[in-house]
Amino acid sequence: MAHLSRRIFLGQSASALLAAPLLARTGGIGLPFDNGERPLVRYPQKRPMIGLTQRPPQLETPFSVFREGVLTPNDAFFVRYHLSGLPYEIDPATYRLSIGGHVGAPLALSLADLKRDFPVQEIVAVNQCSGNSRGFVEPRVGGGQLGNGAMGNARWRGVSLKALLDKAGVSAGARQVTFNGLDTPPVDSVPDFVKALDIDHARDGEVMVAWAMNGADLPFLNGYPLRLVVPGHFGTYWVKHLHEITVVDAVYDGYWMKTAYRIPDNDCACVPVGGKPDKTRPIGRFPIRSFVTSHASGDTVRAGRATEVKGIAFTGGAVLARVMVSGDGGATWAEARLGADIGRYSFREWRVPLTLPKGDRAIQVRAFATDGETQPLEPLWQPAGYMRNVVETVTVRAL
Amino acid sequence: MRRGYLAAGAAALCLTSAAWSLSFTPPEETVPVGLAGDNAELVRVNCAACHSLDYIATQPRKDAAFWKGTVTKMVTVYGAPVEPADGEKIAGILTTLYGQAAPKP
Repeated sequence: MAHLSRRIFLGQSASALLAAPLLARTGGIGLPFDNGERPLVRYPQKRPMIGLTQRPPQLETPFSVFREGVLTPNDAFFVRYHLSGLPYEIDPATYRLSIGGHVGAPLALSLADLKRDFPVQEIVAVNQCSGNSRGFVEPRVGGGQLGNGAMGNARWRGVSLKALLDKAGVSAGARQVTFNGLDTPPVDSVPDFVKALDIDHARDGEVMVAWAMNGADLPFLNGYPLRLVVPGHFGTYWVKHLHEITVVDAVYDGYWMKTAYRIPDNDCACVPVGGKPDKTRPIGRFPIRSFVTSHASGDTVRAGRATEVKGIAFTGGAVLARVMVSGDGGATWAEARLGADIGRYSFREWRVPLTLPKGDRAIQVRAFATDGETQPLEPLWQPAGYMRNVVETVTVRAL
Repeated sequence: MRRGYLAAGAAALCLTSAAWSLSFTPPEETVPVGLAGDNAELVRVNCAACHSLDYIATQPRKDAAFWKGTVTKMVTVYGAPVEPADGEKIAGILTTLYGQAAPKP
């Protein structure tokens, strides 16, 4: 069977052997929703991560990592796969990225070609799973039961998809571009994981094929050696182990576009609780979000003197205007000071001093974009539990 | 069939040659406690053919309709080779173990 043969690597001397430690489990963590107990697990190239599933691996970033800085370390970056056939053996010397379909001159590029023949660019961008925070959805919905750690912010390095498509020469009548990675389904009846972007989006100059994040090769579980980077868009489009790009002259109708990852086709991308949408569209950009990172619910602070509260905010590409923070459950709000702007797709840090009187205090944070977009005070609902962006609350005890 | 992962024994990272390739070994797969009993054998045999069983164990406690719908989706959408009678039984087992009336861990 394929999954056994690809494991025959012991004895090969010329290999980077990334093997799991014997004790894969290093403890546990409780996500704050029913049935939220999770193991902390060890995988190669990763620090202990919140284990959601094993085959295929899905790992969530422990939320405390977001205190460490505005960039999420590679060894703590979340992992999400759909198909269990991971490409456990990858030879970078023979790896090829093909660009074909509705083009004038199909390409098959080696990693060396990519790095040598096209302008190299970088962007800081958040990658967030469509179902980030699904575990908090009420009433609960099926799917990956994630806390808030299925997101991360990295400096991606690679080449623009536009440059690759221009070199191949997109033919007249092109409608979309599809992206396939080396991961494969466990049985043939499971559709291969292929995603698509509209041709104009694919050629916007921002969508990238990246080989590095935060100055190092992509970790295996984050898509080594190449992944698509789609700034401002949910992670479902950020195809890992990317090896096949195809220009098509129709709207791609594969399962993972036509059936899965659909949202209600209305302004709020929501329906009444328990309802079903009449019409859907593919998921796209993130709605605006913000989080407190300096404190977690249950922490204690000194009452009656200023406590510096810090956090992050991000958008799907809109320009962040301001972040407002409340220490009294939303009765009054103070404007936070924003940290350095390192790009409109990045996390942006914020901080604000709050003086809290004795007692349990609900700290809330709400971000606003210059176009008026903001976070809802009450959660929106949709059947798949995607796109959660309600105003977050952290309850601390002031003593 | 269910497969176990070969754990390589210890963490290792070897870079030995310019023409190196990358080999990745995930940790050994484990079965959630709630699905380890004799009452869940049908679940282990069928569901773990395609995915680890934590996919089931981490779901919220939901009613029989949820579990029946989930099993049906695996069969009709993803083509899981599950006999219809076994599908009914699996949905029943999951409702017992992870239904709204199931004891909390």
